[in-house]
Amino acid sequence: MVRSHVTWNLVDDWHQLVQYDFMRHALLAGGIAAVLCGAVGCFVVLRGLSFATDTLTHVGFAGASGAVVIGLSPVAGLLGLTALMAVALGALEQRLRGRDVVIGMILVLTLGLGLFFLRLYRGYSNETYALLFGSILALSPRDVVVVAVGAAIALAALAAIFRPLLFASLDEQLAEARGVPVRAVATAFLLVLAVAVTAATQVIGALLAVALLIAPGATAQRLTTRPAAWLLLSVAVALGVTWTGLALALWQPYPASFFITSLSTLTYLAVRLVTAGAGLSRLRPAMRPAPAAEG
Amino acid sequence: MPFIAATLTNAPFSWNPVDDLNQLFTYQFMRSAYLAATATAIVAGVVGYFVVLRGLSFAGHSLSLMGFAGATGARVAGVDPLVGLLVVDGAGALLIGALARRPRGRDVVVGIVLTGTLGLGLLFLRLSRAGEALPVLVGDVLGISATEVTIVEAAAAVIVVLVAVAFRPLLLSSLDEEVAEARGVPTRAMSLLLLLLLAATTAVATPIVGVLLTFSLLVAPAATASLISGRPPVAVGLSIALGVLYIWIGLGVSYWVDMPPSVFVTAMAFAVYVGARTAETFAAWRAAAPSRPAAA
Repeated sequence: MVRSHVTWNLVDDWHQLVQYDFMRHALLAGGIAAVLCGAVGCFVVLRGLSFATDTLTHVGFAGASGAVVIGLSPVAGLLGLTALMAVALGALEQRLRGRDVVIGMILVLTLGLGLFFLRLYRGYSNETYALLFGSILALSPRDVVVVAVGAAIALAALAAIFRPLLFASLDEQLAEARGVPVRAVATAFLLVLAVAVTAATQVIGALLAVALLIAPGATAQRLTTRPAAWLLLSVAVALGVTWTGLALALWQPYPASFFITSLSTLTYLAVRLVTAGAGLSRLRPAMRPAPAAEG
Repeated sequence: MPFIAATLTNAPFSWNPVDDLNQLFTYQFMRSAYLAATATAIVAGVVGYFVVLRGLSFAGHSLSLMGFAGATGARVAGVDPLVGLLVVDGAGALLIGALARRPRGRDVVVGIVLTGTLGLGLLFLRLSRAGEALPVLVGDVLGISATEVTIVEAAAAVIVVLVAVAFRPLLLSSLDEEVAEARGVPTRAMSLLLLLLLAATTAVATPIVGVLLTFSLLVAPAATASLISGRPPVAVGLSIALGVLYIWIGLGVSYWVDMPPSVFVTAMAFAVYVGARTAETFAAWRAAAPSRPAAA
């Protein structure tokens, strides 16, 4: 790659950034994945699904490497196995509340499976590296289209279940009493999460995908108590760190995934420091699940 | 990345167990691997019991994955992997302890600290120019030196003694925090102590069995043991026994089959856990069955 130099002229920088095909693809796919992950991430945080999300990213890794072994496209395996696991988690979710050891055991199995497929695939390769750490600068136009179509479907589904999902996440018992199909909504959300995990894995890799799925939602939760603002803020944070990370990767010889994960972590820590200092933190409890719903 | 079976011209597996065992322990590195892995399984079984009891699986997973940044960072700094692991895992445990004072919302903090360190691990991997991520992830059982065996055994002994000394307050504050506090147990100190013990365990275990197996040995034997027995000392003993058994069989099988031990250990551990759960469900169903006709 030809390294260009960053200048203080923002217009020049922008032209530099978009002059390469691979960079336009990366900005586009990264942006789409970031929007989806930012929106989904709010509910990951609200529903306490961080560990489940992390497990889904490892499931994705096993799925992708398994698909390569039997000669399918990695994306098919990635999406297929995460969706399957999402349905299984949805069926178990009622009993999973507060029992993170069950998710832990699923993770144990998944890690072993991933390693098994990796070994069958004859060890370490560039594909494995790409799967673990992302290959955002090597996306083809077809990859971009796949990410875009998947994200559009997932966002439409999220919009369709938004109100019942928010209700069920904030107070499950009340929602159930009012006739919200709580379990169907939970499973539908987990399926959307599976698509988001797939998109994030394409962009920043299986090991780092959680960065886009947890940190933006958690950051936004500290700043606002209104659902719509929370969602928009989370999307903005995800988009901001992804694009900044990509731009930094063009000018610095370090991987984009490193910048994206570091930026999302640093943003969260900075916001925590600020909100802990200001009195903002006392506003937070409004956007938390009702104690009864925690079970 | 060579695994055990690929690098040796060993005798084929026979159905004579005495011959097979002799064959297994012919090489010094196999004896070292068994010694180090046994110490690892024991300490993981002990600490893992509290990990399962307190719902710290995600923290255990994150701290073991942070070992990735620790090991690659040590390569960049040119220090022993154990130093890098202790620094990164220790810092991670302190950060989780400081940011998540209450269990609620803890998993978000754990997830964010995890991703931050994984990003760093990727940076270190790139900086070290070694390129290979896999040895860190699955461990290097072939390359365990006599010094490493001594270090692991000493560290395991220290951690087990610490847990034994603090066993009652740890147990009480894990089972019922409010009661423990009322009895004067320093619950916050206990919670931090456990996180630090967890960090030390993962730091010691990762160079031996790798990032992935460290987590499996922490959670799987303890989860199965807690299902089988409700009495803490029995469950801890069972957790140790299961972990040691898994790793012994895993190492043995990987001597003949060209796969890392992690593959066999995770498959076995999951199968035994599912078996224990099924047995528990069946027992509960049988216990409940006689009352059903009466209720109807």
